[in-house]
Amino acid sequence: MVGRVGRRRAIAHMNLAAAKTGLRIGQAVAHATALVPGLVLHDLDAEADLAALQRLALWAQRLYSPSVAADPPDGLVIDATGCAHLFGGEEKMLIDIRDRLTKAGLSAKVAIADSWGGAHALARYSLRPVFVVPQGALGRELHPLPVAALRLPAELVQALAKPGLDTIGELDAAAKGPLAHRFGLEPIRRLDQALGREREPIEPVFARETLRAAKIFAEPIGAPETMARYLGELTVELCAALEAASLGAKALDAFFFRVDNRIETARLGLSAPSRDAPRLAKLLCEKLETIDPGFGIDKMVLAAPGAEALTYKQGDALAGRRAGADLSGLIDTLALRLGAESVYRLASADSDIPERSVRKAPALERPAAFSWPVDWPRPTRFFPRPEPIETVALLPDQPPAWFTWRGVRRRVRCADGPERVFGEWWKADAELARSRDYFQVEDEGGERYWIYRDGDGEDLASGSQRWFMAGVFG
Amino acid sequence: MTLTPAPAAPPVSPPVTLAALRRQVRAVEAQDRATQAVLPFGVGPLDARLPGGGLALGALHEVAGGADEALHGAAAARFAAGILARAQGEVLWCRRQADLFAPSLAQVGLPPERVIFADAGDEAGVLAAMEEGLRWPGLAGVVGEVGKLSMTASRRLQLAAEKSGQLAIAVRRWRRVADAADLGQPTAAQTRWRVSPLPSSPLPVPGVGRPRWFLELLRCRAGDAFDIELEACDAKGHLRLPAPLAHRSAGARAGSEHRGQARAIA
Repeated sequence: MVGRVGRRRAIAHMNLAAAKTGLRIGQAVAHATALVPGLVLHDLDAEADLAALQRLALWAQRLYSPSVAADPPDGLVIDATGCAHLFGGEEKMLIDIRDRLTKAGLSAKVAIADSWGGAHALARYSLRPVFVVPQGALGRELHPLPVAALRLPAELVQALAKPGLDTIGELDAAAKGPLAHRFGLEPIRRLDQALGREREPIEPVFARETLRAAKIFAEPIGAPETMARYLGELTVELCAALEAASLGAKALDAFFFRVDNRIETARLGLSAPSRDAPRLAKLLCEKLETIDPGFGIDKMVLAAPGAEALTYKQGDALAGRRAGADLSGLIDTLALRLGAESVYRLASADSDIPERSVRKAPALERPAAFSWPVDWPRPTRFFPRPEPIETVALLPDQPPAWFTWRGVRRRVRCADGPERVFGEWWKADAELARSRDYFQVEDEGGERYWIYRDGDGEDLASGSQRWFMAGVFG
Repeated sequence: MTLTPAPAAPPVSPPVTLAALRRQVRAVEAQDRATQAVLPFGVGPLDARLPGGGLALGALHEVAGGADEALHGAAAARFAAGILARAQGEVLWCRRQADLFAPSLAQVGLPPERVIFADAGDEAGVLAAMEEGLRWPGLAGVVGEVGKLSMTASRRLQLAAEKSGQLAIAVRRWRRVADAADLGQPTAAQTRWRVSPLPSSPLPVPGVGRPRWFLELLRCRAGDAFDIELEACDAKGHLRLPAPLAHRSAGARAGSEHRGQARAIA
């Protein structure tokens, strides 16, 4: 990639192969072509690069966090505060980001740290492709890195090298007074930002079509009631805009700009598109308790990314209670409190093996029919982990006459079965010969249980021939 | 101006006053109530002894299992599912332990499209989810599996149910059988039931017949406690009085017990 530095053409970026030939960024093109014959040159299109980076930021915003910004010329910065647990931890989140980018044909290095500057430096100057810096260990990791990692202009880096300030550690150890006197405040500001001593807000990107409402306060606000009131006003404003565009929000991002240069964010996901202002305001206000207003908030922005078309539906004021009533509001509220994966339906899956015959389906899905047996008994309580039981059985095809479960010996008064279930050989080779025999047994007190034998009672290849408790009928 | 003698006060008959007072109290109680309707069980002797002739809609009901059932609450859950299967609309089932087997719900008349599950981490979460569901119009009812049910918590559920007219059912289950003594504590629920499994209906062939329950109404507001032996829910959630096998016609026997026979052959 060739760019211009003043009046001369110089190398702006290069790939790994070019770097191996010993070229460096900033070298004159004439010099480089003389050194490396067959060098492929492309003109740098900085504007197109920036636009592509913005698009990438929007993609990351949809996936990872409401607060994402382009970090030109070649990076993205994501405010991952409170987001990593959604991916099962920070490392898994980074690996996920890297894998997705690799699939898209981009090579990337990712790092997560306590500050923007720190993560910026480590993503670019550390050898590890995925780098999780534990909290508080940022200084130790940053000190050996070169000063260039601090997002300083090239001239400043060269100037700092003259008195021997090559690494961040040396810069950090130097006396700040003379440093500021000689090089200006820039190196110290960048150093403090990298080490997390100075706050640096991430100004999030918005897609051009994203509808948003903003409010700026003359006096910073901080009381929860005040925040709730203005959040309500913003919701009304946003819903009016959504209505004008015939859209419904699938998600809402609220940004709270604090006076101390930090941005607190809250993201609300919805199960179905909506522009019902009172309902959305109520859901948003439940999120308010996660927002720390600090010394006050001077600006609030509410955005509806990825809004979907939502047309008017004729209301039915006369029908009060009816089947198929709109439950999306209830589902959203419960999902917000308990977690999205905790509100669901249980639909039937195509399998005869009891533990595989049930699958979780989204709460708003309406499963049409079920494939569960109607005539074969199924227990009310089903143990996800079957418990081994001791049995006395007379014949291979007969249910046991006695069994002992959880230390209590029970005599079987009557039983039904066997219901033979075969292994699903098309899923795993090990299941080829397997089978299970399920019995419904009733003890003398009238308690009904679902027990099974692992195997057909004769052939050891079909299972261990041991008995298990699978569930309780009641 | 003529002096008319003051009309003599009508003789106070205590029953009339009492009846009027009862009417007044009922009117005050009913102010916030969305519905006075009941959901009958369709079993004569059971409905006859419940006030209003059935299970009151817009109220909280408690169901617990007897003996070992205190741990599993399997019969209690099936009893609750059978009640809601006969109501109109969807059901919210709040729980802490995800061991309810959906195919068994489908067998008593609650197919997947009628049940939404909400898993909460603790009992307070279950109660909060129940209350949220009860405030939402359009559900048939809300079931919550809880152990401890305090007076305050049950009062909140009862009020929410009164307002929306939905059925609220608390399936009580505990971690230890000893904890089941908690069922004696007072709550604001309209009724309190205990379901214990009994030996199933006898069959003319080997096999397990239709399950039977010993159903106890331990407490009932404006009603008396009683107990009854019943056959458990069928595919539509209906209970049935057990009839002695000898008294049934051959056709009814073959029709109602085909389930047991079919399995015995299989």
